[in-house]
Amino acid sequence: MIARPYATARRTLSLSDKLMEINWGLVMLITVIACVGFAMMYSVAGGHLSPWAGKQMVRFVAGLVIMVAIACVDIRTWMEWAYPAYALALLLLVATTVVGKVGGLGAQRWIALGPVELQPSELMKISLVLALARYLHGLGVEEVSSPTKLAIPLAMIGVPVVLVLMQPNLGTATIIGLNGVSLLFLAGLSWWWILPALGGAIASVPIAWRFLHPYQKQRILTFLNPARDALGAGWNISQAEIALGSGGLLGKGFLHGTQSRLNFLPEKQTDFIWTVIGEEFGLIGCIALLVLFAVVIGYGVRIAMSSRSQFGRLLAIGVTLNFFFYIMINASMVMGLIPVVGIPMPLISYGGTAMLSVMVGFGLLLSVHVHRQVEIPRGSGSIL
Amino acid sequence: MPLFDRKDKSRYNVFTRRTLIAGGGMAAVFATLAGRLYQLQIVEGQTFMTRAEDNRVNQRLLAPLRGLILDRFGVALADNRRNYRVLIVKEQASEGVETALENLSRIITLSPEDRERVLRQIRDNRAFVPVTVIENLNWEAFSSINLHLPYLPGIVPDVGETRSYPFGAEMSHIIGYVGAVTEADIKRDPNPLLSLPGFRIGKRGIEKQFDPEIRGSAGTDRVEVNAYGRVIRELSRDPGIPGDNVYLTIDSQVQDVLTRALGDQSAASVVMDVETGDVLALASTPGYDPNLFNVGISETQWRALTTNDHDPLLNKAIAGVYPPGSTFKPSVALGGIEAGFGDLQVFCTGSLRLGDHVFHCWKHSGHGLMTVTTALQQSCDVFFYTMAMKLGIDGIDASTHALGLGQPTGIELPGERAGLIPSPTWKRSVLGRPWEEGETLVTGIGQGYVLATPVQLCTLAARIASGRAVVPRLTRYIGQTPQPHTPAPRLPFSPEAFKLVREGMRMAVNVPGGTAYARRITKPGFEMAGKTGTAQVLRITMAERAAGETRTNGLPWKYRDHALFISFAPVEAPRYACAVVIEHGGPLEPLQVQVAHEALLFTQERDPARLPPAKPATVADLRRTYALK
Repeated sequence: MIARPYATARRTLSLSDKLMEINWGLVMLITVIACVGFAMMYSVAGGHLSPWAGKQMVRFVAGLVIMVAIACVDIRTWMEWAYPAYALALLLLVATTVVGKVGGLGAQRWIALGPVELQPSELMKISLVLALARYLHGLGVEEVSSPTKLAIPLAMIGVPVVLVLMQPNLGTATIIGLNGVSLLFLAGLSWWWILPALGGAIASVPIAWRFLHPYQKQRILTFLNPARDALGAGWNISQAEIALGSGGLLGKGFLHGTQSRLNFLPEKQTDFIWTVIGEEFGLIGCIALLVLFAVVIGYGVRIAMSSRSQFGRLLAIGVTLNFFFYIMINASMVMGLIPVVGIPMPLISYGGTAMLSVMVGFGLLLSVHVHRQVEIPRGSGSIL
Repeated sequence: MPLFDRKDKSRYNVFTRRTLIAGGGMAAVFATLAGRLYQLQIVEGQTFMTRAEDNRVNQRLLAPLRGLILDRFGVALADNRRNYRVLIVKEQASEGVETALENLSRIITLSPEDRERVLRQIRDNRAFVPVTVIENLNWEAFSSINLHLPYLPGIVPDVGETRSYPFGAEMSHIIGYVGAVTEADIKRDPNPLLSLPGFRIGKRGIEKQFDPEIRGSAGTDRVEVNAYGRVIRELSRDPGIPGDNVYLTIDSQVQDVLTRALGDQSAASVVMDVETGDVLALASTPGYDPNLFNVGISETQWRALTTNDHDPLLNKAIAGVYPPGSTFKPSVALGGIEAGFGDLQVFCTGSLRLGDHVFHCWKHSGHGLMTVTTALQQSCDVFFYTMAMKLGIDGIDASTHALGLGQPTGIELPGERAGLIPSPTWKRSVLGRPWEEGETLVTGIGQGYVLATPVQLCTLAARIASGRAVVPRLTRYIGQTPQPHTPAPRLPFSPEAFKLVREGMRMAVNVPGGTAYARRITKPGFEMAGKTGTAQVLRITMAERAAGETRTNGLPWKYRDHALFISFAPVEAPRYACAVVIEHGGPLEPLQVQVAHEALLFTQERDPARLPPAKPATVADLRRTYALK
């Protein structure tokens, strides 16, 4: 039996109340950013809706519906589903490594569920936030740092990270790990844990190197010295830098990016779409987009701060940080600040699973906002 | 304000503090991203713009159309012909490259080597790169391929330009030929045009001498390419400037007559206008087919050319050096008369003794009493031994140099040789031995160290005929620019001296007893004057002479004497000069005189010097010509 310690809602909201409560400004902002993505997909297709922009629009509209639906579901229901969702995601991750379909680059990232191909690691990103939020909701500040209480969330983070690394998918594993650890930090993890852990992480870099796959090592070496392999692995990153850099202040103009149109840019509609923006709209365009992203993150932070429950706060900030990490890793990667990892730009890059997971995340964020007045008593710290 | 229980309040406070820290971290990350953007797009923006442009734009050179080479009346001697060729594009060959070649071979013959080469090039290139299957097709084959094109996917007919030499071997030593560019050519000339695949440059003759002018300036084709090198569109095209036409002084009809007259001898001959120096014909036989070098010469053909003992690749008219023999005598006579020995009389007994040596006349029995004119008529050696002694080697040097020997004439062809007029200084510095007086005697009859080219001998004849220091010239215009041409100055000999020498040369041809009498021109008003010559290839030994051997006709071809002749016509008011050298021609059959006879008779009858020459094409003419193409 699931204990229901949080049944004492201050008030219940009707569906129309909830729809009224949705932060439509945020929804507008998300739509604007998604439209930038459609425009870029239209451009890299040489001024055509097919093959990318049209399909992505349909996905976005579907994502909007899902987002609103999620927003209207009571936050306590999400709290209830947190552990089962995490369990399911973990199961699927294990299944992927066992029976997963071999995807591009020989990495096992996809699993076929009937007609739908699913990337369990995407599901895990959301589920982990949910599960950690629920777990940490039950802990006082002083309890977070107790070794016995801390072991459980560390395992919740570590197991999926290791599984995703085994796929291998360094980028997603990094995001999952960063996301989980930052939630612990926000929940009040003692600096006595944080500082030594940081030191240990830095010290362990040479050891981690030995566990990397050859292609990952290759990427890092190429990153450290792109000229080392200018026509091979360094090609992507140098062409991306040329695309971005050649945009200058104002860019070459919509539909006039030569790097993307002439196929010099790899993966231009997915991971490298940011460079197309840079090429066609220049520094002004890139900064404008960064500002839009910052405003979205600001919304997320404000929603987190306004929630009356620790679960809501952690869920909102977790989802927001997830969004932020996507942007950070993608932008750093295409600008040559970190090695190439396969992380898309949220809302902008072409891709169904990523779009879905981002929209589910925003749905949860909106749900926190709609139900920000809901108080949830601290229950026990038990998992179930 | 929401109500918190106390514990939740503390959690909220911690959360708020930590969120602010996280917010600061996020702001720092965004600032880093913006900074990196600034660095890439503003600081290094210009560099990346250049690199993007380099990526995108591919500049290709376009070969300019090569200038034509035309004779004095505008007849094309080197032309650009349509080159009908067939290309194959792999990605368009829907049934595969091999099937396409198989189908093509039902229309035209394809050698197994061609097929192998095409397949290899297809393998080495990207699928959209056209590969040449076959070139220089005739019109029938080409139109037949065009007709069957719907059944030949991947086959692309194409028309290019290639050099063509309509006169073949006849003009080969004047025009030369174009050939593929070698590594050495590229090292010498850094012009990027030379690296264009299939580009041809002048290798010999006029094609080489005026290659920079005939070549023209490269055009450029700026195209946008994608990451795979496929051309997306043309950005701009500059067709370049076609090369200059070269207008020669040659009259192709005179050249034709002269070449025929030389026949299959290993020989050289030059016909010249004595007033202007215009070279009307310059032949060196045998020639070679210059078209072979353009389309690619086979191993067998090349070996046949290089092993031929008649040396078809050597332009003997400018690069063949021969002892002038008796054709040297008029210049010695001219110098002698000018030095005051015009009334010299010598009694020829058949030989002349000087110290221990006996110098023989070609006529053993002797010529009797000789004057300058009769000595020239009968080519008396003893008279010229005497004249040479009186004039001295320095006098011989001075007069023969004035007549154009011993130095290149400056004719506009590569590889001209200087010949040699020996002098004591020359002998000391080159051979390290002092000059001997006997050598002056031998030099006086054009033997010993003396060497001259046929074009020098023709210049010599022209100078005697005109009394002026005419210089041979081969080109009238390069493009629109007339070649520099100044009237020749008078030579430092008196008119009387010239008159006497010309009279001697007239008698040599037209008076019985003259060495060229048998082949004289009898047509009134067209008579020629001249001087025969024989150059020893082997020295006649004393033993042979004792055995009565003075002629070398019985010897193998290689060791027979060279036969020479210099001449001008008409005798009164000379206008044309001709020099002929037939290698190993032997002295008995005066074929060399016959050649000059035919050439000078034809030239006088046609009289090209008085016909209006072709005017160079104007810019408007050129525009019309190229617009048509």
